[in-house]
Amino acid sequence: MAIQVSEKNGITIIAIQDDMTIYTASEQKARLSKYLHSGRELQINLAGVSEMDSAGLQLLLWLKQEASRHAIKLSLVRHSQAVVEVLELLNLTGHFGDPVVISANWNAA
Amino acid sequence: MSELDAAIQTFVQEADELLAEMELALLGLEDNPDDSESINSVFRAMHTIKGSSGLFGFDSIVAFAHEAETVLDQVRRGQRVIDGTLISTLLNCKDHTSKLIEHCLTEAEQELSQELKLTGESLIKQLGGATTKQESMPVEADSKRGSSETSETEGDTNGNDWVILLEFGPDALRNGMDPLSFIRYLKTLGDIVDILTSAPDLPIGEAMDPESCYLHFKIVFRGNTDKQGIESVFEFAEDDCEIRIIPPHSQIEHYLSLLAEPSDEDDAQVERLGEMLINIGALTPKEVAKALQRQSEDKAESPEQAKPIGEILVEQQSAEQPVVEQALKKQQSVKQKIAAEANYIRVDSEKLGKLINLVGELVISGAAMRMMVDRHGLSDVEEVAVSMNDLVSEIRDTALELRMVAIGETFSRFRRVVRDVSNELNKQIELKITGGETELDKTVVEKINDPLTHLIRNSLDHGIEMPEQRRAAGKPEQGTVHLNAYHDSGHIVIQIADDGAGLNDEKIRTKAIANGLITADQVLTKQEVFDLIFEAGLSTKDEASNLSGRGVGMDVVRRNIEALRGSVSLDSEPGQGTTVTINLPLTLAIIDGFMVEAEQECYIIPLSMVEECVEMSPEECEFDEIQHYVNLRGEVMPYLRLGDYFNNRKQHSNIHRESMVVVRFGQTKVGFVVDKLHGEHQTVIKPLGKVFEQLKGISGATVLGSGDVALILDVQGLVQFATRDKSRASIGLAG
Repeated sequence: MAIQVSEKNGITIIAIQDDMTIYTASEQKARLSKYLHSGRELQINLAGVSEMDSAGLQLLLWLKQEASRHAIKLSLVRHSQAVVEVLELLNLTGHFGDPVVISANWNAA
Repeated sequence: MSELDAAIQTFVQEADELLAEMELALLGLEDNPDDSESINSVFRAMHTIKGSSGLFGFDSIVAFAHEAETVLDQVRRGQRVIDGTLISTLLNCKDHTSKLIEHCLTEAEQELSQELKLTGESLIKQLGGATTKQESMPVEADSKRGSSETSETEGDTNGNDWVILLEFGPDALRNGMDPLSFIRYLKTLGDIVDILTSAPDLPIGEAMDPESCYLHFKIVFRGNTDKQGIESVFEFAEDDCEIRIIPPHSQIEHYLSLLAEPSDEDDAQVERLGEMLINIGALTPKEVAKALQRQSEDKAESPEQAKPIGEILVEQQSAEQPVVEQALKKQQSVKQKIAAEANYIRVDSEKLGKLINLVGELVISGAAMRMMVDRHGLSDVEEVAVSMNDLVSEIRDTALELRMVAIGETFSRFRRVVRDVSNELNKQIELKITGGETELDKTVVEKINDPLTHLIRNSLDHGIEMPEQRRAAGKPEQGTVHLNAYHDSGHIVIQIADDGAGLNDEKIRTKAIANGLITADQVLTKQEVFDLIFEAGLSTKDEASNLSGRGVGMDVVRRNIEALRGSVSLDSEPGQGTTVTINLPLTLAIIDGFMVEAEQECYIIPLSMVEECVEMSPEECEFDEIQHYVNLRGEVMPYLRLGDYFNNRKQHSNIHRESMVVVRFGQTKVGFVVDKLHGEHQTVIKPLGKVFEQLKGISGATVLGSGDVALILDVQGLVQFATRDKSRASIGLAG
């Protein structure tokens, strides 16, 4: 399954195990938007995102916007190399404000 | 000496044109005070006049023009606001300048008259006095306003960095464009110093479509490339993305210096603004194409509000204000230079007249030759004769075209008249002009000026009511005078329409009876009553103002127009307004005619007025021989036997077949019954002598190839005769 959801200490952890691209954006949006109404804190695990394009990025921006609108905490965790590369390129790391852990296994960008 | 005279002539002509231009520009500024083009044109007028007056040593003009120029320069630089008062003063300055020029021509040796001196001084005072008043305060605000829009982006542009603004459209992703890949590619060309990603239009909630693109980027880029190079990065995205590329400061300076360089002297030609900016690299062809497209779209929406291309370019932030300004300046200077060289040749109108006369003779001898060829049946000459005939008619048309001028210039002179008169009378009047591009013979234009002035003044004075009256009548306070011109079957039609009070036909009737123009028991149609206006000694205004209404005028107007073989008519609806329609022939020299014969006499009908020719057969049309009506395929029209009309032939014999030529004048059709149709004929109009001036139904004569004389029919007069006769008759019958 492309998205795995688990609960831990009242936090919903959503692990996206797929590319975040124009091809998956619609489906992912539909699935993720459900959790915005749960009222619980969300953690999005991006470790499994092997590719991200503008549509995927947009989806993250939208999630962030919606979360703050519903006053729930949303954080991105375990960014994959593909995600970090995009966030760095567009200078958006600061916008999401989540600590990025750079893994030693990544190839030099 | 004579060379100097000629030079002075040129100076006067040029100054006249410049002053006329200045007046137009000033009037334009009244509606649109920010129009830099107009301000420039006013400045240029004063500047050029000052310069050329200096050449001839007309010091009084130089001194005065200098003052005006100084003020205009301040306006041009945005150091002074142009307002209604200043425009009025400048208009007066324009008048004063033309008076000064006149003075320098006629009595250059003498001192300026006291009056001129005083006017000049007071005008200078008005110009200068205002300067000190408004110098500091509003100026700042105004001059800053233009630049504040760009300052935001300029702030980011430090030194050598380009700023690239990208706004992707919603369909970008669906069309396979990934903004990220463009930015990655851009990175290969140089350094992305800073990038700001935003999605200001990202919809809230479920409305967000994950497949639409909402991303905007602002990129500060440093790289060794030019605008074109950067644009090519985004080439594929251009349909789905708003791209603006703002050059670094150093680049702007580079553009300015490029523009400042003189262009190649030899092939100086006016480059378009867009071309110029592309050439120096400040713009890319795509940006220009886009701006042009927007301009034409704007134009289609509202023709008056379309902005100049430079303004659009600045608005879409494709180009920077200073660069565009510099380019405009350069364009202007090249334009002036070219104008100063010789795009036009000034020709003495007498020479032109002579040319036209010669062409006329050529046409006649061409016709003579054709006749000879026909008579002797020289078939091998035939072909040559035909091609020469074609050439002759082409020469004729071209020669006549030389004298054709657009009537627009004459029309726009009335803007000033309307402005001044409405101020004087405290009325609010707008002048609308349409059809200014309609062309007609220069001699006609010159002669139509006076009657037009009179008619317009009439509309302003009698037609348009005072604002209070208009409000009471439920009309907008501002009255409108509409000047219109168009071509209609070989004629030019000029209309002066106002939305004023209209004419009261009862009042005209009463007045006409009082003046003995008609008798009290005469029955007149409405049109005939209105025609009385053009009789001498009839004015409907009870009190004469100093503009018009002294009972002279309308008859003079009619006489002037009839002297041009034209006609004038008036239509009015009480409360709705008055329309005066002037019909004029396009030219006074040569026409295409249609030759017919009646009672062994040849007559020419202007071809443009001929609708059709029909054979007089009972199957095709019914004739009412008593009332002279013909029913042609269901259409009823009066007819006239030319033989009867001109020869007063009482008895007409039915031996030979007759034909009918249907002519149209305006909306009216009339049939002319003739014995023979000869066909088309190039007709050189020879005016008839004074002795024949009173002849009705004939407007001129022409010489045929055979040397015979044919009379040119005054179709309009004949049509009036035929219809009036009929309407009288029917009224008589009815009563």
